[in-house]
Amino acid sequence: MSAAVVTGGDPDRRQPIEHADTAVELAGIGLPSPVLTASGCAAAGRELDEFFDITELGAIVTKSIMLKPQAGRATPRMSETPSGMLNSIGLQGPGINAFIENDLAWLNERGARTIVSIAGETVEEYGRLAAKLRSSGGFDAIEVNISCPNVADRGQVFACRAESAAQVVQTVRRSSDSRIPIFAKLSPDVTDIVEIADAVIRAGATGLSLINTLLGLVIDTTTMRPTLAGTTGGLSGPAIRPVALRCVWQVHQAFPAIPIIGMGGIRSGRDALEFLLAGATAVSVGTAIFHDPSAPSRIHAELAGEVRARGFDHVQDVIGFAHRANDSDVPSPTSAQHATTAHQESSSLEDWDFITE
Amino acid sequence: MVQQIKSEVLDNRRVGGYHVLSLTAPGIAESAQPGHFVTIAMGGEESSMVLRRAFAIHQVASRGVFGGTLDIAISVAGTGTEWLAHRRRHDVLNVVGPLGQPFSLPKQGVSCVLVGGGYGSAPMFMLAQALRERGCRIDMVIGASTEDRLFGVLELKRLASALTITTDDGSSGVRGTVTDVLDNVLQRAGADVVYACGPMPMLSEVARISTKQRVYSECAVEEAMACGIGVCMTCVLPVIGTNGATRMVRSCVEGPVFRGDRVRWRDINTIPADAIGAPDSGGES
Repeated sequence: MSAAVVTGGDPDRRQPIEHADTAVELAGIGLPSPVLTASGCAAAGRELDEFFDITELGAIVTKSIMLKPQAGRATPRMSETPSGMLNSIGLQGPGINAFIENDLAWLNERGARTIVSIAGETVEEYGRLAAKLRSSGGFDAIEVNISCPNVADRGQVFACRAESAAQVVQTVRRSSDSRIPIFAKLSPDVTDIVEIADAVIRAGATGLSLINTLLGLVIDTTTMRPTLAGTTGGLSGPAIRPVALRCVWQVHQAFPAIPIIGMGGIRSGRDALEFLLAGATAVSVGTAIFHDPSAPSRIHAELAGEVRARGFDHVQDVIGFAHRANDSDVPSPTSAQHATTAHQESSSLEDWDFITE
Repeated sequence: MVQQIKSEVLDNRRVGGYHVLSLTAPGIAESAQPGHFVTIAMGGEESSMVLRRAFAIHQVASRGVFGGTLDIAISVAGTGTEWLAHRRRHDVLNVVGPLGQPFSLPKQGVSCVLVGGGYGSAPMFMLAQALRERGCRIDMVIGASTEDRLFGVLELKRLASALTITTDDGSSGVRGTVTDVLDNVLQRAGADVVYACGPMPMLSEVARISTKQRVYSECAVEEAMACGIGVCMTCVLPVIGTNGATRMVRSCVEGPVFRGDRVRWRDINTIPADAIGAPDSGGES
């Protein structure tokens, strides 16, 4: 286990910089950090615990789990794209029973806060998944993945239609403990994401996870066929960050009281700050993990420095700050230099130089 | 234990059609075993290449002030490897390792045949050294399309009792492929174990021939990976478990070394209908 974690999170190593208090409250859950893992990019936390202490994150958002074991889609499942990647994994996983027995049990034993992501092929399956989780307990919230693009029938992407999105959320809400927050994960591949957000909020969603991947395609010019065995795939990574940020902005503007987990191409503390400023209460780090397995921990430390450098004592205070009517509330930065230092230091190579045992 | 380190480039040299990079790797080099691999981030902090690249560990050494160092062989195949092939002394790389399951080593001094396709012979150096220390007889077969795509011929000659070379065009050694000569080599060596690394079609044949001759085989696969640490589920292939059931397993954490007779080579790039969790296979965990 991570006995000697010396990542950017270690306060002793950055004495010149004061860190903002990173605690946030997400839908009534107190989190020590707004930084979470993104579903599908961290499995169930175990592998990343070799690189940093996963209990220091806000929460682990587990890979979307389905009712039955899933073998996923054929390979090739992945193609690198400019500042991003296209994937068609197809929700490979052990099924809810094995997940509860092995993965969720491990996360509990480890003391990690957990948001369980669920995915179903039918509305009824979502209900059964929620019921199983209700029986098991041992998690903090549910993320309802209604927007995975890697399903055989695009018509089954629930999040593409307000009515089907609402049906799923309503079913999960009814099948779950009423104290458990439910986040609906939406797709950016819609004409008006605010309309879908409105529908799922009315159906009982506590909050929203914005955004899932965008549907994309890559063609191999050697074989002159689509690169992915599944033809299309979900685009993620820094390439989609402005799209994700726009979605967070629009939805927060429309529903300022609804908690949002923002995600899409976050790979630095500054990127995370953008999402908080746009209205996200927490952020999920996904594809960046593939580039740097300690990214969530590094981003947490960078964010704390970036927020403090802008004169805020609490990360909670920057949430939605970009929507302010006027600039009278802007604190004076601790110093312009700090912002630069924070970025450089926290992304310096020193931060990789750690040992886990 | 897996580590993420900043690693300094000590040397970058051409070896035939390949590049060999020597890197400082304190903590990784010391615990690396034959068959382990490392991943390296491409193109710096703001790189548009978001995925790490995986490289088999070719050699490890202890070099005085640098502590542990390791060598990797690079075949330029795209933007990432092109970038890496241009790294110079003192450049710094982000390296994670050692990763994966290494080759298993026999307890006794048995007869081993090592097969390398292209720069698939790179991880065979460490393996051959470890096997020699155990008193094993080593026969080596390496092959490539052309002579300049062979890797490490001279050093392998020293490590092996016998070295057979094949090239597709006959520019060096026997004209043909490693699998054309494998039957004979296995018989001549009285092989107990076959170890192989190279392209999938080669591994598939090596496994088939070994199994046919009732020789135990281990193959290090080259599957495209995204994370290298087991979180992304990109690098899966169908493997038969000890209970007889086929699962789609991650080659980065359960491989890259697999028993040759456990991989369903013909079904790679598919989801076999009888694999656990295949569409319509039924069953609720």
